[in-house]
Amino acid sequence: MVQLQHVRVKLLVKNSEAVDLEPLIPVFHEWIRGQVFGELLLDIADYRHVPAGPGVVLIGHEADYSVDNTEQRLGVGYHRKAMLDGSNQDRLAQAARAALTACQLLEAKPLLEGKIRFNGQEMEFSVNDRLLAPNNEATRQAAHPDFEAFFRRLFRGAEYSLTYPSDRRRLFSVCVKAARIFTVADLLANLDS
Amino acid sequence: MKASNSLWQKELAGRLPEALGREIDIFETEIALRKQGKLDERLFAETRLRRGAYGQRYDNGHRHDGKKVQEIAYPSGELTKGPHTLWDAPGMQRIKIPAGGLNAGQLETLAELAEEYSDGIAHVTTRQDFQLHYVQIDDTPSLMRRLAAANITTREACGNSVRNVTACPYAGVCPDEVFDVTPYARALSKFLLGHPDCQNFGRKFKPAFSGCSQHACGLASMHDLGLIAAERNENGQRKLGFEMVVGGGLGAVPYQAKLFDSFVPREELLPLAQAIARVFARLGEKKNRSRARIKFLIQDLGIEKFRELVLEERKNLPSDPRWTEYLESANEFRESALKPAGEPPLLGSTAFQRWLKTNTRPQRQAGYAVVTVALPLGDITANQLRALADIARRFTTETIRTTVEQNIVLRWISQSDLQELYQALDAEDLGGAGAETIVDIAACPGTDTCKLGISSSRGLAAELRKRLAEKNFQFEDAVENLHIKISGCFNSCGQHHVADLGFYGVSRKIAGYAVPHFQVVLGGEWSHNGGSYGVPVMAIPSKNIPEVVTRLVERYGTGRRNGEIFRDFIKRIGKAELKNLLEDLARPPADPSDRAIFTDWGDPREYSLGDMGVGECAGEVVSAVDFDLAGAEREVFEAQVAWDSGQIEQSGRLAYQAMLRAAQGLIKLEFPNMAQTPDQIVGEFRARYYDTQKFFDPFAGGKFAHYLFAAHEKARQPHTADSARYLIDEAHLFVEAAHSCYQRMGKPVSV
Repeated sequence: MVQLQHVRVKLLVKNSEAVDLEPLIPVFHEWIRGQVFGELLLDIADYRHVPAGPGVVLIGHEADYSVDNTEQRLGVGYHRKAMLDGSNQDRLAQAARAALTACQLLEAKPLLEGKIRFNGQEMEFSVNDRLLAPNNEATRQAAHPDFEAFFRRLFRGAEYSLTYPSDRRRLFSVCVKAARIFTVADLLANLDS
Repeated sequence: MKASNSLWQKELAGRLPEALGREIDIFETEIALRKQGKLDERLFAETRLRRGAYGQRYDNGHRHDGKKVQEIAYPSGELTKGPHTLWDAPGMQRIKIPAGGLNAGQLETLAELAEEYSDGIAHVTTRQDFQLHYVQIDDTPSLMRRLAAANITTREACGNSVRNVTACPYAGVCPDEVFDVTPYARALSKFLLGHPDCQNFGRKFKPAFSGCSQHACGLASMHDLGLIAAERNENGQRKLGFEMVVGGGLGAVPYQAKLFDSFVPREELLPLAQAIARVFARLGEKKNRSRARIKFLIQDLGIEKFRELVLEERKNLPSDPRWTEYLESANEFRESALKPAGEPPLLGSTAFQRWLKTNTRPQRQAGYAVVTVALPLGDITANQLRALADIARRFTTETIRTTVEQNIVLRWISQSDLQELYQALDAEDLGGAGAETIVDIAACPGTDTCKLGISSSRGLAAELRKRLAEKNFQFEDAVENLHIKISGCFNSCGQHHVADLGFYGVSRKIAGYAVPHFQVVLGGEWSHNGGSYGVPVMAIPSKNIPEVVTRLVERYGTGRRNGEIFRDFIKRIGKAELKNLLEDLARPPADPSDRAIFTDWGDPREYSLGDMGVGECAGEVVSAVDFDLAGAEREVFEAQVAWDSGQIEQSGRLAYQAMLRAAQGLIKLEFPNMAQTPDQIVGEFRARYYDTQKFFDPFAGGKFAHYLFAAHEKARQPHTADSARYLIDEAHLFVEAAHSCYQRMGKPVSV
């Protein structure tokens, strides 16, 4: 069995070329002031000058949040850093819930003018630990049942497609695309049901 | 903490060099002992520093959110990893890359580590190292093991040790070099790593190698130990050696290195370095950290006496075969090309032609070029590192180097491959033009992550990059080739002293509020191994610095004469005219509702020194102290003008006077009827501001007060050009410290 620790989730946004990341900085500062999540939020790393880079990162102790443009795919990101007890399902759900909650807050933020919005279909999940989950066929086979079970729950039985990027140097990851559009609220409700 | 931490030791068993592996095991044990309270925090701090595990901003558990200081409730509670440094606070891991040399596999390892332990970014420093930020101390043994498996060590990357040995990134391929210094830089690095004679320094020690004397090269003149390749003819035979210089350094007060020997034969490189280390360890200052670098020891002894002591030490060294056993392989050291030599491209897009002009240079070896991959602010993503590894394998035998301008160079590129290489780089967003031009700005981490940062060096650098890139194609060559370097504070990690346009972070009060500023430092010399240092002109609010750059660049562009270089231009037009050109930018905005200057670049929080000291605000009346501090700054300025015109005694007197005025200003805050003589001023200052530690900087301690005491002690001694120059720099810093002290006190003001 593969241990899916340090899960990362990225929710791809729509119309990414229209998104200016600068307004995120005061928003993230506000989140630090208010400690808006259950996790300890610490600082902001601004990498807007790096093309196809991490964008703007809200550094936390247990996890980082970001609006991340890695591989020119802009998305709201959650990167779990601290270990989490429980099952793989628990860890996938925790990371997805955290990313969706952050995205929900950003979508509602007047300062961002509604420009950061989940595209409703595409997400990326990865495991940020190459020793626990190397990017190879054995990991894919071991993890696939967990992902299937999770996405069944997340999409409430709706169709979806999975692809596993195969570059063995990269983190083990899966790209999922739902066959229909979901809102963030939909997906959060599905996780909670 | 990573779930796999306990697994890496077994995973990498047999793949680590034994000595490196043992070192990391010891460190892991020390971590465990510290967590059990069985290892003193100061000892643990030095031990982790000597493994490159550094602190970062907010690791004291406090963060100013723009309104007030917030306590950060780390889960580890009061457990510390050093004095005032909480265990769970994220830190920085520095990774040494001797002479900047890397292979493709090492780039891939760095990519993995940046993803798994950091924020996905690897940062190239101004000393050819890499740094990863936001790293947890508990993860560092695994991180270090994975580096060791790729033959990289973090040992002695920080702390009171021999730091990374840097070298010119064109060593071995430069048309102007005397010989390839690469094998010597590596040999020195290996020899001094963990050497018993290098374990008792009072401060860090930085060596650098250059292949020539005329270019910037390895910047030997600004290092503790600089080695410049030299040759001479002995009995018809070419003998290789080094011009050895010692005691250079930037820091708060920059020193040019002094000549130790115009020709040190190769065989004597390692033993002499060892002898220097012994003298430094034995005689260097240990208690007063602000005077503990070797440059101060050499200044106090004089170079003649220092040389005498080193040569005496050399005679007493027990012979060590390592001194010379590397020489045979050094003779045979050669990099090789993957592809045959080629012809330079004639055609290509405008973007390619631009890149060709700025990012490539022909090698000494016909048909090959060195290509600079310009990294914005020295940052590269994990994906880009992997892509660069692939590109290096495709076009070279993995001949990769980092540079002190925070870029990466690929050597031995066949000229025929340049177009294809450019396309490959461009596809990975690594094909940006403008390397080593005015848009290629070097900046230290500054207030982003450094505890000592005063102003946002990276924020300013990013803003300048953006604005200058928009104009870049319009610049003539003389302007395009200017160097901009930015430091977040006076410690000059951004190397602002050797820039054409240098800036270092300072703080000032405007309308009673702390405002981020940068001190403008102009006319440094990058060439000739960092041949001379720029001079401070004035402090300008951070938000007005882009306009400073615009005005200076335009003034230089229109006003330079007959191919005049920037340094000469600055000297010719003089400080008075520079001040006229810029002084309106130092004033508060005319519109009082314009609050932009009260925040720094990239940070919407109202600026404070709260993360260094205590933030405060006061009323809008200009106080008597403000008048005195402004008067002190004026006297420093006048001292510089006097020095420039050769009035050495006058310049020294003015610098000393400036310090007295600033000290007097502070004293009058609380004791308006104090007496006026220098003895009285210094005595009162010592009793009321030094002994009480009121003047102490939160991180530099009482360092700057010592400048006043030393100046007062030597007030009747005649000045040399050097001593007056140093005194002006020290006066400058003393006045800065007086500003900071005044801000920390947050006193109600009276006119």
